[in-house]
Amino acid sequence: MTNTADGADVACKKDTGKRPLSPHLHIYRFRLTMLMSIIHRITGGILYFSMALFVSWLLAAALGPACFSKVNNLIASVPGYIILFGATWAMVNHLISGLRYLIWDTGYGLKERERERMTMVTTFSAPFLTLLLWIVAYALRGG
Amino acid sequence: MNMRTPLGNVRGLGAAHSGTEHFLHQRLTALANIPLSLFLFYLLIPLIGMPYAQVSATFSHPFLAIFTLLSILSMSVHMRLGMQTIIEDYIHVTYLKIPALLANTLFCILTAMTGIFAVLKISFGV
Repeated sequence: MTNTADGADVACKKDTGKRPLSPHLHIYRFRLTMLMSIIHRITGGILYFSMALFVSWLLAAALGPACFSKVNNLIASVPGYIILFGATWAMVNHLISGLRYLIWDTGYGLKERERERMTMVTTFSAPFLTLLLWIVAYALRGG
Repeated sequence: MNMRTPLGNVRGLGAAHSGTEHFLHQRLTALANIPLSLFLFYLLIPLIGMPYAQVSATFSHPFLAIFTLLSILSMSVHMRLGMQTIIEDYIHVTYLKIPALLANTLFCILTAMTGIFAVLKISFGV
């Protein structure tokens, strides 16, 4: 900056180190609600990119049987099933965690004991619900 | 007393350059996504690993195709708003933030259009 007459600009640069910053993550005591908030964002991000996988699968089906069987071979592998099961978990978790946020929007369930309990239930039930969904789906399909 | 400039009055928005649409659209699509995601679980998990004939037969059913299309639409809007919030929270440099926001919009439109095209093509059987 050659414009030294601009006093405000110079003062701004000099004081940056001294000014108080808004509190960030590391300043807060760890809470379950905090962990779940982070997981909610991460599962949202996983679902964002899972959408690309989903529409690729749809596109493969639209392109015809030859293309679809190639994609099916990719899916029918250990990593394929891990990715799909993980995406299902992300969706289940994001769904029930999102329900919790919608309930909080109405003003209910925000007391300390309530919000911790709700967070505990949604976080720890998600993997079991995901497993249950897959078991039910496979049972209905008839093995 | 109105402290706003005439230009600010005309625009009708504050320093955020937008109103409550983001919040409203995010919550409305969240509500819509509850039944839609349950529908997708019901539809998609049994289809995993199924042969072409069964998958194309499934999507040629009008109701299943329509609800898949609704899911893609509602979820794409929700995705775009969610990723926009993440970008705005973590990227503060304008010359990185603006391209990231544009890329987010493009990604969501691209995935939505691909999904819609594919479902319609399978469904119509052309």
